[in-house]
Amino acid sequence: MGLNMNYPDERGRFENFGGKFVPETLMQPLYEVEQALKEALGDEQFVNELTRELQEYSGRPTPLTFAKNTTETLDGAQIYLKREDLNHTGAHKLNNALGQALLAVRMGKKKVIAETGAGQHGVATATVAAKFGLECKVFMGRKDIERQKLNVFRMELLGAEVIPVDSGDQTLKDATNEAIRYWVQHCEDHFYIIGSVVGPHPYPKMVRDFQRIIGDETKTQIQTQIGQLPEHIVACVGGGSNAIGMFYPFLEDNVALYGVEASGKGVDTEEHAATLAKGRPGVIHGSMTYLLQDEHGQITEPYSISAGLDYPGIGPEHAYLKDSGRVRYESITDDEAIAALIFLSKQEGIIPAIESAHALAYAFKLAPTLASNETLVVCLSGRGDKDVQSVKQYLEEKGEQA
Amino acid sequence: MTSFKHALKRQNDLFIPFITAGDPSEEATIGLAKVLQDEGADILELGIPYSDPLADGPVIQEGSARALAGGMTLTKAMKLVSKMRASGVEIPVVIFTYYNPVLQLGEERFFALARENQVDGVLVPDLPFEESHDFKKACRANDLALISLVAPTSKKRVELVAKEADGFLYCVSSLGVTGERASFSEEIGQFLTDAKTHSSVPVAVGFGVSTKEQATAFLELCDGVVIGSAIVRKIGELQSLFENSETLSEGLEEFRRFITSIVPVKSNV
Repeated sequence: MGLNMNYPDERGRFENFGGKFVPETLMQPLYEVEQALKEALGDEQFVNELTRELQEYSGRPTPLTFAKNTTETLDGAQIYLKREDLNHTGAHKLNNALGQALLAVRMGKKKVIAETGAGQHGVATATVAAKFGLECKVFMGRKDIERQKLNVFRMELLGAEVIPVDSGDQTLKDATNEAIRYWVQHCEDHFYIIGSVVGPHPYPKMVRDFQRIIGDETKTQIQTQIGQLPEHIVACVGGGSNAIGMFYPFLEDNVALYGVEASGKGVDTEEHAATLAKGRPGVIHGSMTYLLQDEHGQITEPYSISAGLDYPGIGPEHAYLKDSGRVRYESITDDEAIAALIFLSKQEGIIPAIESAHALAYAFKLAPTLASNETLVVCLSGRGDKDVQSVKQYLEEKGEQA
Repeated sequence: MTSFKHALKRQNDLFIPFITAGDPSEEATIGLAKVLQDEGADILELGIPYSDPLADGPVIQEGSARALAGGMTLTKAMKLVSKMRASGVEIPVVIFTYYNPVLQLGEERFFALARENQVDGVLVPDLPFEESHDFKKACRANDLALISLVAPTSKKRVELVAKEADGFLYCVSSLGVTGERASFSEEIGQFLTDAKTHSSVPVAVGFGVSTKEQATAFLELCDGVVIGSAIVRKIGELQSLFENSETLSEGLEEFRRFITSIVPVKSNV
């Protein structure tokens, strides 16, 4: 199947995926965001301002690091890490939050809302809200609040209000439901900053446009460092924003792309978040995509040790890329991810986020099967400071040591 | 399927109550539907419980949770309509469901079940005008009215949506999800007038309407009024009576008294 680079179309579709499946109340606000985004991206002043903020505030470009020790130990492909962990606030999330916050300001909105799972998008949104003087509410599942206390405190320190969500399984899905319900009520003066390439059109496109800087920089950097494109690129996928940001600029190149989902305790168990492997097309949070659900169309609760990956849906563009065969989607268990996290920490002196550790784990399996003249880039989407408690607890429960 | 069209010929003073299928049991739902018909309901909105109801507030979410706990599904709910018919419910029944359960059931199966079980209409709150063209065509081919919604934010879309409306046009009273509200904005009169100008079917208002006074006042401005959360809240309060077959009729009498207290005063034009 040929790849269409012009997606989404006018209806916000990537073939059958995407669209706008939302209450009527949100249709006009979504058209307004769509129009504002189009104007902003065509406005040199907006683009320059965003570029300046990304450089001077966030610290871009982030480095592309050769993982020398890892490469030598695994004895296969040359492994490079795209260091989104060095982005301000510690993850790729800020690229998008800065873009959407500038858009909110341009649209005259003074209040923003966001949903968060692991807390990285919440922290990024709270950060830009503080910077641009916006009132900020972040919806977060009660269970995630427990898992990510440090990030909750960071958001509060930044002046945001963290709103606990008690419905459902009290994780990202439920936080997103609450954020959408709140937005339905307050759409006239609030901008909703969605944290991944999910939700109704134009969000999947908008977030991709703000995240593609990851892939654009990688392309330039790798050519400077090794004189050519890599053969393989790996990124983790929950909603899929770091992955689409990394993949998009490479879609038309001869580069193998791998998205890595969380399979929790295993795809053969009930406790996983492997949406593409185990889901069926359906509608979640305003978008048609692969979805974990029961036979009656009730959305089921995903599981992963990573609060950032346990989402029952996935960005509609990933659903399209899976069906078109352009990207290969694999999955990694909790155990494999933690092992990769510890491995990278000891090999390179870099503690990755548990989300990113899923991509690393797959890359570490793949690398030894490849020739030493091949290059493999892993998107290190965030740093692991927020996760050290979870890792410690995991190891204690397993009776293992770091 | 002619009952819907017959009822709508009256074109005004429509009282449209909402209950959730299987909340808290099938038996209770049938009893509740009969009480509502006895007390003057013109159309019944029958909610399908859903895990992630984006357009609903806490009261209807709780009703959904009660029904899901009892194992209610879209298929069972449509079969429940036949059982209601068998026990004397004649008013049109509109299924209120999110889109995903319909997708998973498959449109063909959905329409077959709707026909077999004498369902008159369907309302899908997360299937806006732009996404509904094919589904609407299929509804028309199956003699099922797809109820369209317009909201205060719809602005220029009101005309677009109203012109294509089937059954009745559902006007969302104010921004937000379902739930009782103490007051409404002053602009609602203009909103309803606009909707009526462009609509060839009755115009009903819902979201937040919970008292006899509010409902009666709205019937001066448009053709019908939907009451949901206030009713579902009462059902939640009476849950323990409904769950026991010995106390079911006591619960239904209590429910009847409540409905009498909120049913709008009709002008009987």
